[in-house]
Amino acid sequence: MMDFAHWLPIVWAVILVAAITIYVILDGFDLGIGMLFALERDQGRRDVMVNTIAPVWDGNETWMVLGGAVLYGVFPGAYATLLPALYLPIVLMLLALIFRGVSFEFRIMTRGTAREALWEVGFMAGSGIAAFSQGVILGGVIQGIAVTNGEFTGGALDWLTPFSVLCGLAVMCGYALLGATWLVWRTTGVLEASCRKWAVWLAIGLFAGIVAVSLWTPLLHAPYLRRWTDWPNILFVAPVPVLVAVLGALLAMGLRRGHSRVPFLCALGWFFLCLSGLGITVWPYAVPPSLTLWDVSSPPSSQFFQLVGTAILLPIILTYTIYSYRVFRGKVTEADGYH
Amino acid sequence: MQTAPDLALLLARFQFAFTVGVHIIFPAFSIGLAAYLAVLEGLWLKTGRQVFLDLYRYWIKAFSIVFSMGVVSGLVMSYEFGTNWSVFSKKAGPITGVLLSYEVMTAFFLEAGFLGVMLFGMNKVGRGLHFAATCCVSVGTLISMTWILASNSWMQTPRGYTIDPATGRFLPDDWLAIIFNPSFPFRLVHMGLAAFLSVAFVVGATGAWHMLKARRAGAMAREPVRVMFSMAMWMATIVAPLQILAGDAHGLNTLKYQPVKIAAMEGDWETEGRAPELLFGIPDMKTERTDYAVKVPLLGSLILTHSLDGKVPGMKDFPRDQRPPSPIIFFSFRIMVALGMLMALVGFWSLWLRRSGALFTSPFFHRVAVCMAPAGFIALLCGWVTTEVGRQPWTVYGLLRTSESVSPIVLSSMAVTMTAFVVVYVIVFGSGLVILLRLLGRAPEEGEHNASPAHAADVLATHTHPGIAGPIPGEGA
Repeated sequence: MMDFAHWLPIVWAVILVAAITIYVILDGFDLGIGMLFALERDQGRRDVMVNTIAPVWDGNETWMVLGGAVLYGVFPGAYATLLPALYLPIVLMLLALIFRGVSFEFRIMTRGTAREALWEVGFMAGSGIAAFSQGVILGGVIQGIAVTNGEFTGGALDWLTPFSVLCGLAVMCGYALLGATWLVWRTTGVLEASCRKWAVWLAIGLFAGIVAVSLWTPLLHAPYLRRWTDWPNILFVAPVPVLVAVLGALLAMGLRRGHSRVPFLCALGWFFLCLSGLGITVWPYAVPPSLTLWDVSSPPSSQFFQLVGTAILLPIILTYTIYSYRVFRGKVTEADGYH
Repeated sequence: MQTAPDLALLLARFQFAFTVGVHIIFPAFSIGLAAYLAVLEGLWLKTGRQVFLDLYRYWIKAFSIVFSMGVVSGLVMSYEFGTNWSVFSKKAGPITGVLLSYEVMTAFFLEAGFLGVMLFGMNKVGRGLHFAATCCVSVGTLISMTWILASNSWMQTPRGYTIDPATGRFLPDDWLAIIFNPSFPFRLVHMGLAAFLSVAFVVGATGAWHMLKARRAGAMAREPVRVMFSMAMWMATIVAPLQILAGDAHGLNTLKYQPVKIAAMEGDWETEGRAPELLFGIPDMKTERTDYAVKVPLLGSLILTHSLDGKVPGMKDFPRDQRPPSPIIFFSFRIMVALGMLMALVGFWSLWLRRSGALFTSPFFHRVAVCMAPAGFIALLCGWVTTEVGRQPWTVYGLLRTSESVSPIVLSSMAVTMTAFVVVYVIVFGSGLVILLRLLGRAPEEGEHNASPAHAADVLATHTHPGIAGPIPGEGA
């Protein structure tokens, strides 16, 4: 039983990180497209941008609901401390996601009326604020939460630091890059050309963000630093920065040489590496710097019951999600119709 | 004088009630409408009649609006357990969190995965596959309701757990007992029927509205309008009486497991046999009396025990700090019951008109049907208030108090977010309602939206999804 209680939280941590990664990547390009509304003013092209994600955004957002639910069921101790600690940015994110979500339908439904502008702006600002809050939340977790006796005991604005704001800006930049490279893949003509241009600048911005966050994070807590510098850890973690650089070079090349899919895949790779890097840094804490995975997990009977269902259901979910993406594959153009 | 933590608790409760109260409307709407769409598409495939396809295309536009509002307001709920009720989530998360995860994995992904195909895919996949997608979405809404009601019912009638003495956490012992707890089947049936009934009255009111408009223009309403009105009235005729039976059974179940909730709903203070039923009254929690009572002798015992001299509980049998606020649920319960009776009456009335062939030619009845548009939803919200306020002061019934479940959030944060929630919800869901009414204010047409690029402006004005508008490919593509 001891072994069981030891391994289950580790399995679940891997599943949770996977769910978060899938969410960040999938809704990342949705939110990025929303932010790119700021650069693309033409209504026809905006419609194309939205049409590339309209059939799938809801499924993408569901991964975030899964993240919340898994935290609630498997790591209730983390759910019950992180959420009160990050209360304000979480509410801000939820409200922004409300605007973003309904704008898919509302901006078309109000077209030609006085309220049209509200939902065009709602889509753009909702996406931007949601992305920024998610970065702030991530930064807030990494920099640590004040906890005594398993309960949050910090202040209402503890999360607001230069570090968390930097993380917020980096995530905005990263999502916009995902959105731009997604559009390079899925669109043609003027829009595709603009996205290639934007993607270069966004990639430079994100790279700067990655470097800044990577240098700053180890300075936050001593264990973070040791994770990256102690022998033999360094053997395993050294490839991460190297791979980041390699992917950056590939991304630049893909954008310049007119590849349609390579830039998006490189951007995905960056996100994957960043999240892995943060996972390595924070391990084994669920609520840094005090509560470990085992401190916050639910009893093994809960974790096991949920694991059985997840093992059966997750492959099925992935199968029909991929099916749904395949139905709507291919380049989207203005002639394709209106949503 | 109330202290800041008291006020913070009150705001946390009000915030949760407000956000979940707005949210609950959309899933209920989606449950009913998705089932209706599946029936319409199935009928179209079976009979080949254009009218069913027209109605499908007409209602799917409303569905896309309602569903997206349900998604965004639901996302809030999945985090609000932790933000507002952190102590509850830490203690009960090992049970309720797991049930929520199953809801996400069995229902939300299913709905979201096939919603895209349902809304946009009619010219990309075959008819059979598209119908399958519609069914998946509909089944997803029903599965979702099942899990969330299992979780809610467990909080009302907890079973299959032990309490860890060290941490006060609820440890799951028997998952079947947790899911199939004593109030779950009753709540599930009652809520499911409520969703169907609510949508039936919205569809019926839409049909009635367009019949009145056609009549004013001196014309006969078109076939899609008559068909939707007729279908909705069949639903009212059949489901409303079933709902009364289901509600009665749910009430008996509550009497058995939460007697003080029944006492507060009825405004009864003394436990007595041959109890009267109060039609009206103003329960006073301080003086322990119900003032201005209008009573029907013996009816209370008859309704609650199905016998004239059955014993009916009174609130005085329970300690003061375990009584729910009777003045709220006394009225919410009565409004729900009155609307339920009214809906059944409309159903019978329609049956009578149908027999005499006047269903489509009675403007008075159509006006009544238009007025009844929100009846189902109002009844549903009143029922929800009754059951949720009625289980106070507990989150997990009899075991964990609401006041001991709340997060350590300071009053100022709560006040800021409460304001933000109200402002955003009024803007977003108010606009949603306006858009929905505009959409339904346009009558369904024969050959609803066979759009081509030439009609683009027209299409945009009325919002057509390309998949639904486009040509229908052959079977099995």
